[in-house]
Amino acid sequence: MITKYSTTQSRKAGFTRPSKKLNLMHNKNVTLFIQCLIDCLYPDVGEAVVHIFQKLGLTIIYPPDQTCCGQPAFNSGYKKEAKVAAKRFIRIFENADSIVCPSGSCVNMVRNHYPQLFRNDRKWFRRALSLSKKIFELTEYLVDILGVEDIGAGYHGKITYHDSCHLLYGIGISNQPRKLIRSVKGVQFIEMKDSDRCCGFGGAFSIKYPEISTAILEEKVKNIIDSGADAVVGCDIGCLMNIHGMLSRKGSPIKVMHIARLLAG
Amino acid sequence: MSQITTEKYKDEAKRAIKNPVLQDALSNLQERLGKGAVEAYKNLPEGHRLRIEAHDIRMNAIENLDVLLKSLAENVRRNGGHVYFAEDALSAVSHCLEIARKHNVKTAVKGKSMLTEEIGLNRSLEAAGIEVVETDLGEYIVQLAGEHPSHIIAPAIHKTRKEIGKLFSEKLLIHYTDDPPALTRAARKALRDKFLAADMGISGCNLACAETGHITTVSNEGNIRMSTTLPKVHVAFMGMERVVAGLNDYDVLFRLLPRAAAAQNMATYISYIGGPCHKDQVDGPEEFHLIIIDNGRTKILADEEFREILCCIRCAACLNVCPVYRKIGGHSYGYPYCGPVGSVVTPLLVGINRAKDLCLGEMLCGACKEVCPVNIDIPKMLLGLRAKLADGDRKWNVTRASLVEKALYKTWSWLIRNRWTYDLFLRLAYFSQKFLPQKGGMIRRLPPPLHGWTGKRDILPISIETFKQRAKRINLNP
Ligand code: SF4
Repeated sequence: MITKYSTTQSRKAGFTRPSKKLNLMHNKNVTLFIQCLIDCLYPDVGEAVVHIFQKLGLTIIYPPDQTCCGQPAFNSGYKKEAKVAAKRFIRIFENADSIVCPSGSCVNMVRNHYPQLFRNDRKWFRRALSLSKKIFELTEYLVDILGVEDIGAGYHGKITYHDSCHLLYGIGISNQPRKLIRSVKGVQFIEMKDSDRCCGFGGAFSIKYPEISTAILEEKVKNIIDSGADAVVGCDIGCLMNIHGMLSRKGSPIKVMHIARLLAG
Repeated sequence: MSQITTEKYKDEAKRAIKNPVLQDALSNLQERLGKGAVEAYKNLPEGHRLRIEAHDIRMNAIENLDVLLKSLAENVRRNGGHVYFAEDALSAVSHCLEIARKHNVKTAVKGKSMLTEEIGLNRSLEAAGIEVVETDLGEYIVQLAGEHPSHIIAPAIHKTRKEIGKLFSEKLLIHYTDDPPALTRAARKALRDKFLAADMGISGCNLACAETGHITTVSNEGNIRMSTTLPKVHVAFMGMERVVAGLNDYDVLFRLLPRAAAAQNMATYISYIGGPCHKDQVDGPEEFHLIIIDNGRTKILADEEFREILCCIRCAACLNVCPVYRKIGGHSYGYPYCGPVGSVVTPLLVGINRAKDLCLGEMLCGACKEVCPVNIDIPKMLLGLRAKLADGDRKWNVTRASLVEKALYKTWSWLIRNRWTYDLFLRLAYFSQKFLPQKGGMIRRLPPPLHGWTGKRDILPISIETFKQRAKRINLNP
């Protein structure tokens, strides 16, 4: 199995133009945080991330002890429980060079909410703050840190992109994924209407207030269908799971894809 | 006090979602005003920085509220006006009634004011035999229909042209029409008589200036100016937070307010009202009263976590971009303040437990913060309120909202503490999901308490192999 991901093979597969920036970072290790939903529901996405980094020739570290960043508890107001997860996360990841996570909302949690969560605890605050500076969302890491916009992937079809809220408003990412998608060979990129409007997921909200959540989602799904794309791509599995859920219920043939899977293709 | 029906949030929301006319109206509103505001900001030479500056100006005022209110009161009095500090809704309303009695008021005309909705002014005045006429077109429509506003600046957004046509033909005794200019003319004609007959004018206050003792009102219809200059007494109601230090501050805030509220570069009317008519002036009221209302605001001021919400200038931009408001409309929030701002302010004013659905039933998407002219971090405060509901809070007199949920998250925190137990749990879940109905590789129905998910959505089953197992298999960490 391991040979499938070997660097030589992937070089042949298409990665040709490592940028200057990439060379500078070349010796760096990248430590993966695979969000809990990807871990147990969409492990293919995690595997795709591995594929991308192997293709780029980076050394991947995956701490197997990792579980959850604490976001579900935090967003519902359970700070004590969120702190349990946060402290654990900090302990596991604080010695990493850079942490990459294929989920904008988790990065938002670690980067913006961890320091907030520990604002009254000097010791943990400091640890949270230093960690917050070295966690990156996948597309952000590829485009802003490595300077890579073309990974040499190919896909034949029309793709539209959904801006997840925490990714967009929380950590300000919107161009990076678009650049990456546009450079995939064979892709026809279509902007859907209101790509930046929430999909109605909201974590526990989607279960506690399902009528509101699905009313918002209906409109998102309509915009996806109306775009004429045959696949919708996003960077946050929570939103994608939500969209996937409704498209599946409606029997729609539109594919839902995490960006990592597109880029690994 | 205004009627509080925050407990009905879920039911009202469901009702709103099923109302296609309302859904259309809300979408149109957001397409026009929400997107318009974002566009209007783009023309600002200072760009995003201006909103940060506005935040600082407002925050500065809030931090120095005691000094500013004192100097505002002094300056209003120096200009010949009267100032009354009302601790709560009741004392504000009683004071207004007293003024009305003194002047033997029969008819009062009103400019739009959410604060008077909050204190339930109209009902009390009407109970005292005073005819109260709303003069903002939207408010007038809502009043004729015997309803409440469903938006902070577009109060009749929930009503269609046809409904308004029918309403006007019944109440104003005109021939049915649903032509907006014709309807506006009819309202204008009816209101003109009221303006001329009124012996009291009532208004809110967008912002007051401590330095000069002016209150300022912003409108597009000119009705507030009429309400505040024609009758012989003008009573202005102001939330105690709506003050800034000097006229310079207006400069920034009044450039942002019309952009945020109505995608306009400038409002049609901005009136500076500095007391009663002086001898050398031709018009204006003989008496000017400013009622400054606390009604729970001091408590918000005292809490560092929520103080920031007092910066709000009630422009309603956050409503115009909120995905939840877009679906459930204003009435679902059960209190005059709706949308994202309502989800924070209402629980703080009426009780966090009582209005718990408002802060739990919002997304944390952050669109509101992005559009707010004073850059208020609403999601952060929603999280703050949720934390109070999760564990209870003495200061705000909050009891824990759900023991079951607390137990669930406690269990969760035990599960995620150790990868071994976590994996064991995932295994168990993996095997038990086999009993759930599936189709095409997707689960069709989840058991309680997760069943809300599968009403209109499927979900992927837990994978046979977690990523952790795959990582091991592909020898990721040799
Ligand atoms: S919170 Fe901000 S956007 Fe919302 S009404 Fe207040 S000032 Fe306007």
